Amino acid sequence: MNTSDPRRPYVRPMAGWWRRNPFFVEYMVHEATALFVAAYALVLLVGLRRLAQGEAAWNGWLEALRSPVSLVFHGVLLAAFAYHCWTWFRIMPRTMPPLIFGGKRVAPGVITACGVAATTACSLVVLILAWGATR
Amino acid sequence: MAETTGNGKVVRIEVLRYRPEQDEEPFLQGYDVPFTDDMSVLQGLQYIKDWLDGTLSFRWSCRMAICGSCGMMIDGEPRLACKTFLRDFPAGTVRVEALAHFPIERDLVIRMDDFLAKLERIKPYIIPKEARTLAQGEYLQTPAELDVYEQFSSCINCLLCYAACPQYGLNPEFVGPGIMALLHRYNADSRDGAAAERMEIAGSEAGVFNCTAVGYCSEVCPKHVDPANAVNQNKTRAAGDYFLRFITPKGGAR
Ligand code: SF4
Ligand code: FES
Repeated sequence: MNTSDPRRPYVRPMAGWWRRNPFFVEYMVHEATALFVAAYALVLLVGLRRLAQGEAAWNGWLEALRSPVSLVFHGVLLAAFAYHCWTWFRIMPRTMPPLIFGGKRVAPGVITACGVAATTACSLVVLILAWGATR
Repeated sequence: MAETTGNGKVVRIEVLRYRPEQDEEPFLQGYDVPFTDDMSVLQGLQYIKDWLDGTLSFRWSCRMAICGSCGMMIDGEPRLACKTFLRDFPAGTVRVEALAHFPIERDLVIRMDDFLAKLERIKPYIIPKEARTLAQGEYLQTPAELDVYEQFSSCINCLLCYAACPQYGLNPEFVGPGIMALLHRYNADSRDGAAAERMEIAGSEAGVFNCTAVGYCSEVCPKHVDPANAVNQNKTRAAGDYFLRFITPKGGAR
């Protein structure tokens, strides 16, 4: 509240703003999924460190990845990644200049669908390569 | 007329009131308003002012979603009161508050000085790229050149996008979605030549990089301006200008 102004305009507090509207709650949830991306980067970093420490350490890390806790954790990570990816491409049409194709603007839904399709395709390629390399 | 609304339906309109000369802080006051299915929330407020409580203050003018005066929070969402209908609140109550993120002047009236100052700063008019005499005729534009900025020219300065933008609420220095939509409207116009000047504002500390792509501004815009798109297109441009100044002798935007 501004007391130096005789008109006494009332400034409302912002505390807890993200709980005021379902749209903001969803925004916070999809932003929070970025933490899961960071968590997985940490898992990989630990793996790299174990690799540098020699074969026994590396095998220990691989063993830890196979534990039930780790499998559940990876399931959760995958779900969070999928959601993160979907929300990322959902906002993408709003973040780019108009895409003109054949004299017409490409619809936002098409841009989102292409993004999701490209991610799915890349993920499958990586999965197949990794599968082949570890057999 | 209002006093003869006679199909027996009544809606309770709860209004966040603030009378600076007597209230320390805003409070909710409820009014029972008889209504018909064709009545907007604005008409409900007008009924209150005409028949129940003449001290209630709110802004309106066109009552047809074009003047941009009647923006308010209706059940927590930024909306135009003249474009929102009382029949759409089947629970029988609707809460109306002044637009979020702006200081309340009185009741549902907000203070928009900040927006107006920013609007002036971006020079919201065409500054011709090349001077032409009358004899040379008009500045021509192709349909494709029009298409680039047309949607952004639909902005009615209603400020709903500001009430939808938490980043503006947290930091009122941020130029915000509506101003960026207007800035882009002129920068993207093929007849205009002042883009570099306006980009100083877009790329400044108070500029586009305050945006975290919440995207709600574009959801609530009653004119399908897509202000989030204007903000984000200019993130790319401002970043480009920043790096360009290292490699071009005169610099990009600065
Ligand atoms: S961009 Fe849309 S919501 Fe924002 S001020 Fe303009 S018309 Fe209103
Ligand atoms: S009264 Fe003009 S926009 Fe609602």
